Amino acid sequence: MTSDSVIEIPGIDQRRKRRQSLLIEGGVVTLIALLLIIVFPLVLSDFRLSLLGRFLALAIAALAIDLIWGYTGLLSLGHGIFFALGGYALAMHLTLAPLEGDSLPEFMSLYGVDKLPWFWQPFDSFGFAVFAVIIVPAVVGGLFGYLVFRNRIRGVYFSILTQAATIVFFNFFNGQQKLFNGTNGLTNYQTLLGADVNATRTQFIFYTITILLLVVSYALCRWLTQGRFGYLLVAIRDDENRVRFSGYNPTGFKVLVFAISAGLAGIAGAMFTLQTGIVSPKAMDIAFSIEMVIWVAVGGRATLVGAILGALVVNFAKSILSENFAESWLFFQGGLFLLVVTVLPSGIVGWWRYSGYPVLLSLFGKRKEVITYPSLEEDPEVQREREEISH
Amino acid sequence: MLAGLLDSLYGGISIGAVLLIAALGLAIVFGLMGVINLAHGELMMLGAYTTFVVQNWFKSLGEPWFETYILFAIPIAFLVTALVGLILERGVIRFLYGRPLETLLATWGVSLILQQFVRSVNWVMVIGIALFCLLFFGALWVISRRADRERIRSWAIPIMVVLSLGIAFTIGKVLSETFELALTKPWFGTQGVDVTAPTWMRGGWLVELPEGSFQLSYVRLFIIGLTILCITGIYLFLQRSAWGLRIRAVTQNRSMSACLGIPTGKVDALTFAIGSGLAGVAGCAISLLGSVSPNTGQDYIVNTFMVVVVGGVGKLVGSIVAALAIGTMNYLIGSGILALLFQPIEPLFDLFTFFATTSMAKVMVFALIIIFLQIRPGGIFPQKGRSYEL
Repeated sequence: MTSDSVIEIPGIDQRRKRRQSLLIEGGVVTLIALLLIIVFPLVLSDFRLSLLGRFLALAIAALAIDLIWGYTGLLSLGHGIFFALGGYALAMHLTLAPLEGDSLPEFMSLYGVDKLPWFWQPFDSFGFAVFAVIIVPAVVGGLFGYLVFRNRIRGVYFSILTQAATIVFFNFFNGQQKLFNGTNGLTNYQTLLGADVNATRTQFIFYTITILLLVVSYALCRWLTQGRFGYLLVAIRDDENRVRFSGYNPTGFKVLVFAISAGLAGIAGAMFTLQTGIVSPKAMDIAFSIEMVIWVAVGGRATLVGAILGALVVNFAKSILSENFAESWLFFQGGLFLLVVTVLPSGIVGWWRYSGYPVLLSLFGKRKEVITYPSLEEDPEVQREREEISH
Repeated sequence: MLAGLLDSLYGGISIGAVLLIAALGLAIVFGLMGVINLAHGELMMLGAYTTFVVQNWFKSLGEPWFETYILFAIPIAFLVTALVGLILERGVIRFLYGRPLETLLATWGVSLILQQFVRSVNWVMVIGIALFCLLFFGALWVISRRADRERIRSWAIPIMVVLSLGIAFTIGKVLSETFELALTKPWFGTQGVDVTAPTWMRGGWLVELPEGSFQLSYVRLFIIGLTILCITGIYLFLQRSAWGLRIRAVTQNRSMSACLGIPTGKVDALTFAIGSGLAGVAGCAISLLGSVSPNTGQDYIVNTFMVVVVGGVGKLVGSIVAALAIGTMNYLIGSGILALLFQPIEPLFDLFTFFATTSMAKVMVFALIIIFLQIRPGGIFPQKGRSYEL
């Protein structure tokens, strides 16, 4: 107890500092969100704006990856599954919404299904669909995570298993013509809650909601990665065995964080589906799932901001490059993987923090002090000693 | 019924044989370096395309030569992919040891590049790449002979990359504009290509059974034979040769081997080259089974990974059993023969009919693998040791 109080309790000063920096961060986030909602629609063309909306939805998925890869060290190559599950959950409601009475979606009658399958029925209600967007991926992720983590399967093994799971889900959704319209996926949505889905106004509302969701997800991830839970995640990433020897059982935490991450990816998928107007098994492509990882890697792992930044930068680069040189995008993408891993391992944000910003400071004649151990530097004893030495 | 069952078994074993050659390479590399190579599937694809090129070459030589092309294609595919693997190891993976997840991403990048390379490779591109290598590595060589190399290295390399890229790109551009289609036509294109088996390999050996007959196709027999040859070769190499001994030593304890004077860097490079070469041989085998396209690698790769996961690391036997089991299971479930077997039992019949397509079979096999890993998380034959790690 006593030793605890010596180390743990930060001074009131420090606490105030922390609150201040949190307030500043909140202010910046609100400012950016307002900028995105109010200013960007005036500046950008409709096409670019809709792209931005989609990429912001993808940024939520990137946050999900950052949470499990950056902080917990679980490299999931299968987040496309959860993304697609979220998309499908909402798309099923969108498909059912304009239908009256007992009529079936068009593709089902085409394949000779005479009764709505049981798992389609609850999706008639919007509330359930929204619930399912988060819960279905989270449950699938949690279950898969439990089965894998329970046996201490980790590292590369875990990555391979998630990759295989992607193939499996892809095959399943691709093969079930009767249940999910196979390769074509669910598309041609008309209305959502009575509003025309394709109207510019509705699309703008979706764009706004995406931004709000992104802010909420960011806040959630921020909250999760701070404090005890966040430290535990980082500890699991850095040395899982030591965490186990310290008396924690990492399995539960890993399952929990994987489920949360899967739920976030589900939200991303749903918003993406709303804005693109289609969900198909293509979202469960292995390539897409690994792309998500590269967004995070480019932005900077374990930084959250980096994940969002990376998703936006890479996707805009992709859309510009593939407009101009359709064929060479794969070369660029492959090169990006190699570059990020070998030359820029901590991504854009990491590079800025450790090289860019200090260099900038030194250009303006300011030298940043080298702080090896922040808590030690702030220790009054150490400060007094330092003053004595300098005198 | 029995004929159908045996037929599926035979098909499954031959698919398992291909998986086995591919997984063998993956498994020894993984066991040695802890590196999973996501570009392994693309190396298989390169092997398949090499077979295609060799076949075309022999076709132009005339009929009697064409019959023997496969015997040359196998070693050539091995050498080509081994060389690519060696470049990959020396150029990329060497810098990423101890960071398995990053290696995974880097090799995925390589696989994307290889896929697109095969799609769009043409003479201009080859000339450009050759020029770049000549300029860049030439300049590197010049630098390495200067006395102040340490000092100028850091700023000279980026400049040289840009310069050589620029020169190579410009010359390529000029060439493509002066010669037009003759040079810019892609060699393979995005469409799949077909490899025809030599005449002696067509057809099969008819087996008569009391209630029907089935055919053991010669192509598949050849593949099974090839697999046996590869396994024996690898076994002898690992157990009887000096380098095999070194590889085994490094697999068991890297730092101790290094202390005893084993050049671990060389061992890594050699192993990676051999593993890649085996992928090439596997590619040669799959080119006989069907059409080859730039996506070919992706179709096999996940099953190959599953073989490594199920088989356990560092055990040849584990890989063999796992590959055969997964190949056969896929085939048995996918061809619907299991559904027929369980016809009397209604719910099982329904279950297996639901999964009786090639893609749905993968779903079921994956579920089975996950269940299996609940019982034996370390694979069939987990490595014994005193480590607390899994």
